[in-house]
Amino acid sequence: MPLYIARRLLQSVLILFGVSVITFLLLYVLPADPVSQIAGRSATAATRASIRHQLGLDLPLYVQYGHFLWGLLHGDLGHSYLQKIGVAELIWARLPATLLLMVGAIACELILGLSMGLLAALRRGTAIDQGLMLVSFVGVSAPQFVIGILLLYVFAVQFGWFPIGGYGHFANLVLPALTLGILGAGWYSRMMRSSMIDVLRQDYVRTARSKGISRAKVIFGHAVPNAILPIIAMIGIDIGTFMSGIVVVESVFGWPGIGQLAWQAIQQVDIPIIMGVTLISALFIVIGNLLADLIAPLIDPRIKLQ
Amino acid sequence: MQRTLMMGAAVAALLLATAGGALADPKQGGTLTETFKNDVSTLDPAIGYDWQNWSLIKSLFSRLMDYKPGTTELTPDLAESYTVSPDGLTYTFKLRHGVKFHNGREMTAEDVAYSYDRTVNPKTQSPGQGFFKSIAGYDDVAAGKADHLSGVKVIDPYTIAITLSKPDATFLQVVALNFASVVAKEDIAKEGADYGHHPDGTGAFYLDSWTLGQELVMKRNPDYYVKGVPYLDEVDIKIGAEPLTALLQLQKGQIDIAGDGIPPASFLQVMADPAQKKLVVSAPQLETSYLTMNVNMKPLDDVRVRQAINMAINKDRIVKIINGRADVANQPLPPGMPGYDPNFKGYPYDPAKAKELLKEANYDTSQSMDLMVYNTDPNPRIAQAIQQDLAAVGIKVNIKSLDQSVIISAGGTPNTVPLIWSGGMGWIADFPDPSDFYQPILGCGGAVKGGWNWSWYCNKDIDAEAAKADAMVAPDQADARAKLWSQIFDKIMTQDAPWVPVFNERRYTLHSARIGGDDSLFVDPVHIPVNYNYVYATDAQ
Repeated sequence: MPLYIARRLLQSVLILFGVSVITFLLLYVLPADPVSQIAGRSATAATRASIRHQLGLDLPLYVQYGHFLWGLLHGDLGHSYLQKIGVAELIWARLPATLLLMVGAIACELILGLSMGLLAALRRGTAIDQGLMLVSFVGVSAPQFVIGILLLYVFAVQFGWFPIGGYGHFANLVLPALTLGILGAGWYSRMMRSSMIDVLRQDYVRTARSKGISRAKVIFGHAVPNAILPIIAMIGIDIGTFMSGIVVVESVFGWPGIGQLAWQAIQQVDIPIIMGVTLISALFIVIGNLLADLIAPLIDPRIKLQ
Repeated sequence: MQRTLMMGAAVAALLLATAGGALADPKQGGTLTETFKNDVSTLDPAIGYDWQNWSLIKSLFSRLMDYKPGTTELTPDLAESYTVSPDGLTYTFKLRHGVKFHNGREMTAEDVAYSYDRTVNPKTQSPGQGFFKSIAGYDDVAAGKADHLSGVKVIDPYTIAITLSKPDATFLQVVALNFASVVAKEDIAKEGADYGHHPDGTGAFYLDSWTLGQELVMKRNPDYYVKGVPYLDEVDIKIGAEPLTALLQLQKGQIDIAGDGIPPASFLQVMADPAQKKLVVSAPQLETSYLTMNVNMKPLDDVRVRQAINMAINKDRIVKIINGRADVANQPLPPGMPGYDPNFKGYPYDPAKAKELLKEANYDTSQSMDLMVYNTDPNPRIAQAIQQDLAAVGIKVNIKSLDQSVIISAGGTPNTVPLIWSGGMGWIADFPDPSDFYQPILGCGGAVKGGWNWSWYCNKDIDAEAAKADAMVAPDQADARAKLWSQIFDKIMTQDAPWVPVFNERRYTLHSARIGGDDSLFVDPVHIPVNYNYVYATDAQ
C-alpha cells in the first residue's frame, strides 16, 4: 500500500508538471497581449515597453517559465498583473467559498441522486421508476444557468424564501448547491439505479434472502454498500470538477469562488492568475482521483491495488 | 483649461428639466450599497485605470485640481489657487493648509512632488506615465536615470511649481487625472506591493475594509477639507453579482446602485415600468463608437472607398438595434466635448453615391474583408447590420467575433485587421479635452505596435496642427483652440475619413429611491457610475 501511494504521488507530481508546461505554452501562444490590458488605452509605446520589461515579459519563454517554476517550488504562485497582489492570496481568499459550495453540492446530489436511484431500482419497471428517470434526464440535460436563474427567480425573488445571491449565511448556500445538486443527481440516480439492479441480481443477495435475512437488512446492509462502489469513484472525480470552478453557478448567484476569479482573469489575460487557478484545479482533480482509488479497496476487499 | 460653457449649459438644462427634488443642504448619514461583477483590481491611484476603480480612487484620494461635481469644469482642489507664468511653461500652485492623510499626517508640497515622481518612475508600472511627458525632466525619470522630475520644485511646504518643457493646453486636465493623486511616501514604503489593497489618501472617504472577492467598505473621512461633504457615512461595494442578479436585488431594494449598469436584455422592461423609469438617470457621455478602417491595407487605402463606406452605413438602424440608447454621430468628437462642431454635416446616408464612388475607385466586388467585433451583445448584431449595409453597395465583409483582448492586440498589429467595430471598446475621454480624442486614436503617436490607432492613420500635417492647438495655453485662447480642434477633426473626416463615426452612447444609471442627489451626480461625466462624494441617503434626512 505505501508503495502504491508513493508511486501515485510521484505520478501526480509529473501530471501537475505537465499541466503547468502545457498551460504556460497555451497562454503565451494566445494572440491577446496582457500588456495592453495593464497599460490601458492611452499609454505611450514607451510606457508599454517599460511595463513589459518590468514584468519580465520581454524575456525568452523558457526563462519566464523557469522563473515561474522557481517561484512555485518556493510556494509562490506569482503576482497578478492587474490586481497587483499575490495569486496565492487571491486563490486563498476564494477557496473556502468554492469548497463550501462543493460540499453542499455533493451533499445535495448524493441525497437526491442516491435516494432516487435506490427507489427506482427497487420499483424497477413501474411508473415510479420511469418518472424518476425522466426527472433525472431533465436534471442531466438542463443547462446550469437555466436551472440556477429559475430557482433564483422563483424562490428568491418571487417567494423571497432565500436571499438573491450573495454569500455568508447558510441560506445563501441552499440555491446554488441545489442547482449543482440537481445536475449531479441526474447522473448519480442513473448510476445508482443500474448499479443496484446489478447487485440485486447477484447470487449472494439471493442467498442472504433465502437465509431469512430481512429485506431491509439485505438492501441496506449488503446491496447498497456494493452498489455505491462506482459512485465513490465518481465523487472523487466530482471533487476535481467542482474545484476547477463552477463559473456559471458562481456568476448567477454571486458566489465568490475561484471560478469567478478564473473567468475574470481569462477575460483580462491575467496570466499568473490563470496559471495559478489551473494548477490548483489540477491538484484537486489529482487528489480527488487518488482518494477515490484509495477508498475503493476499503469498501470492497476484492479490489487489490497494484 | 477649457471653456466648458456648452457642458455647463447642458448640465443646467438637465437640472431645470428634471424635477429631481435634490436637497440644497442634505444631512449627513446613511450607507450606499453598490454591486460590481468583477473584483476591484487595485486602488493604487498610479495604476488603477479601469472604469470600476476610477471613481473609487477619486473618492479616496485628492489631486491639485478636480472637476466641479456633475460637470467637466476644472476647479482647484488640493490647490487653493494657481498662477501660470507669462510664457505658459510654469504653473505655481498654492496648497491648502491642514489637509490630512487618512493616516493622520498633514499633506505638504513634498507629497505632491513624490506622487508625481512615483507615477513617472518605470518601476511603478503606471499606465498613465505618458500623460506627464510635458513636465521637464520626464525623459530621465521615465528611462530610470533619475528619481525626481527636475521640472517639479517644492518652493515651501504649501507651494509647488511645475515647469513644462513645452506649453501644453491639456496640462491642468492631467493634473486632475487619478494618476496625479497625492500619496504619502511612508505608506508606500510600509505596504510595498500591497499598497493597491491598503490605499491611504486625502479623499472624502477612507478604505475601512476589503474582503477579497466579496466586499469593500469605504467610510466617511471626518477630517475631509471640504466641510459637510461627503454626505454618506459609508459606501459598501459588494463583489460578484451578475448584472441580471444585481438588477433583481435593486428591484427588491437590497442594493442602491447596480455598478455594471442595466443589463441590455432588461433595458426595455425597466424603462417600460414608470416606477423604475423615474429612478433612471440618463445623459450623453463623452464617448464615440466608430468603425476603424485600416488606411494601409488594400482596398481601404483608397480614400474614395473609405468615403463610400461612410455613406453606405445606416446609422439610424444601428441605433435602433441598441434600443435607442445612443445618438447618431458624424464626427469623432462627442457633443459636450469642446471642439465639437454642431454645424458639421459629415457624410450622409447615401448608398447610391457610395456605389458611384466605389465604381470610380475600381473597387473589386469579388474580394472580401474581415470585420472584427467584440463578441458581447449587442456588438455582433451591430456588425451584422454593417455587413448588410456594405453588401448592399457591393462590399463583402466577413465578421470575426472575438474576445476583447484579442481584438485589442490584433488592432495594434500593423497590416492585420482591415475593419474593426469599436463597440464595447468605444473611446471614452480620459479627460474632457479634444486632444485626448486625437493623440492615442488618430495621431501618428498612436499608430504604433500595441497602439490604439487601429486605422493606422498618420497625417503629419494634421499632427502639426494638433501640436499647434495644444500649445495654445492662455485662458483667452481657449475659444480659438476649440475652433482649431473643430477644424482639425472636420478636415480628418472630409479629407481622409479613416473612421466611420456611428454613434455616441448614452449613459443610463438606475439607482434606488433611497439615494438622493442632483441628477447630474448619477451621470457625472468624470465619476462613473456615480459621484460618491455628493449623493446622500434620503433615509438619513
